[in-house]
Amino acid sequence: MAGQTLIPAGDFRTSYAADTTVFPTKTSRNAMIAGIALICFAPHVLNEYSLSLLIQIGIFGIAALGLNIVVGFTGQISIGHAAFFGFGAFTSAYLSNRFAIPVFFCVPLAGVVTAAVGLIFGLPAARLKGLYLAIATLAAQYILLDFFARAEWFTGGSVPASAEPFSIFGYSLRGDKKYFYVVLAYVVVCYLLVTNLMRSRDGRALVAVRDHYLSAEIMGINLTKYRTLSFGLAAFFAGVGGALYAHYNQVVSNEGFGIERSIIFLAMIIIGGLGSIMGTLMGTAFMVLLPESMEWLSVALRDSPIDRFLGLKNNIAFLREMAIGVIIIVFLVFEPDGLAHRWRQIKTYWKLYPFSH
Amino acid sequence: MLEVRDLHAYYGKSHILQGVDMHIDAGEVVSLLGRNGVGRSTTVKAIMGEVPPQGSIWFKGADIAGLPSYRIAHLGLGYVPEHRDIFPGLTVRQNLMLGIKDPRRAGKWRLEDMLEMFPNLAARADTAAGVLSGGEKQMLTICRTLMGDPELVMIDEPTEGLAPLIVQQVGDLIAEIARRGVAILLVEQKLSIAMRISHRLYVMGHGRIVFEGTPAELKANAAVRQEWLEV
Repeated sequence: MAGQTLIPAGDFRTSYAADTTVFPTKTSRNAMIAGIALICFAPHVLNEYSLSLLIQIGIFGIAALGLNIVVGFTGQISIGHAAFFGFGAFTSAYLSNRFAIPVFFCVPLAGVVTAAVGLIFGLPAARLKGLYLAIATLAAQYILLDFFARAEWFTGGSVPASAEPFSIFGYSLRGDKKYFYVVLAYVVVCYLLVTNLMRSRDGRALVAVRDHYLSAEIMGINLTKYRTLSFGLAAFFAGVGGALYAHYNQVVSNEGFGIERSIIFLAMIIIGGLGSIMGTLMGTAFMVLLPESMEWLSVALRDSPIDRFLGLKNNIAFLREMAIGVIIIVFLVFEPDGLAHRWRQIKTYWKLYPFSH
Repeated sequence: MLEVRDLHAYYGKSHILQGVDMHIDAGEVVSLLGRNGVGRSTTVKAIMGEVPPQGSIWFKGADIAGLPSYRIAHLGLGYVPEHRDIFPGLTVRQNLMLGIKDPRRAGKWRLEDMLEMFPNLAARADTAAGVLSGGEKQMLTICRTLMGDPELVMIDEPTEGLAPLIVQQVGDLIAEIARRGVAILLVEQKLSIAMRISHRLYVMGHGRIVFEGTPAELKANAAVRQEWLEV
């Protein structure tokens, strides 16, 4: 055996840095870069409608990412996420209208302001757990909604606030085709930020708080700090997402930031995979595309032989809503670990193909 | 180094600790013995701030009674709880890295040493810690605490429910900790380990310290053993 060396076969990691690298192999990094490059052509290929769906996925994906930090990584619960999303939207509109700050700066600023608000509402998290915390965040939802309705100086009250279009160096990025790139840039930056955060000391501390808060504390982790911090981070991304939403629609009305939106955010991260960064994006895509695909289905079903045979007529609309609910339930029963888990399994299967056992 | 005076603790209305007095000097290995339910674990938890303590607890010249647990941990007091609460979602290596209190300072224990000492942990360094066996989890909890470079570690029932071979390994690890000059407060029920490695022993009964002495003295004192330890 002397003189013989073993040739490594497979995906070896010999250092911690190698193990926690963002992209485990060169191929995965190149694939990601290629994927992003490819999606840059989307505005030239896709129609306005598909493009608007992609933009929605991006915007909601950023906000859902924030929620995944607090729920998936830190193990807290928040059912007031949509209110922070709304707060970010109003803040960005307010900053650009009132102080004439360029929209380019308003978006991150809205994130920071929303984060500050999130930290305040996160303070109860240091003391509350489980259902009690859920109720406290629900209170945050209603307090903020009430604030939107009353603070006319900030939101315009019943009149929707207008938001300036996004612009860089005086070049306005109006319309889906141009705005798509703004959202894409923000998605890439936000997802890289969070991926790196989770590789850091603070990221590990958040997961430790989730896994075992008592042990985390005796390891010297300040629970109050990290629980509150997780809410601040969540609010930051909600704020950025909300700001992008505001400048996309160019008007911000008091609607769409209610509890049902909060629940949809939760559904996105549960379906995508709690504690999975890319899963968040998958779950968001699922929740955005599901109602749309159900819509296509119901359009296809209308006046088809099945429709005539069953005499569905206008009931198709109700069936669509029910189908969405049923699909989500079925999905959760058969994929409790989320899309990210299924994706990993698919990858493992193909890794060894055709020699899989 | 650690000085506990007249320590009381309550669970609701039950008076669990009824005036515990003990002290541990730097580099000393001290065992806390006693039957189930006499308050050994509660003593450790009260020192660590997990149970609200009444009385005075001095660590390295500072009164730590009533401080939050994480502050106490940062002062250099390590605690290995009874239930091997590793973080299942983090890898073995991440669990160990989490123990580091000050990343800029090199302590007595390095991550590489730990992995070298425990080939089992090294082999699973990059797997989620949730899949480890009971013995491996116990090793990981102790190692994780050591990564924080404590000057005193309190270890609560490290050998409970482990196979004899692993008990031996845990014993060796505790001896190694002592050899490197870290003071130890060991809560144990297995007399053999405690007798082998301790400099001094405390025996608890009904929320108080009822005996203090060296292993030889405890061996000689059949009355204490019969009344407070043997079943």
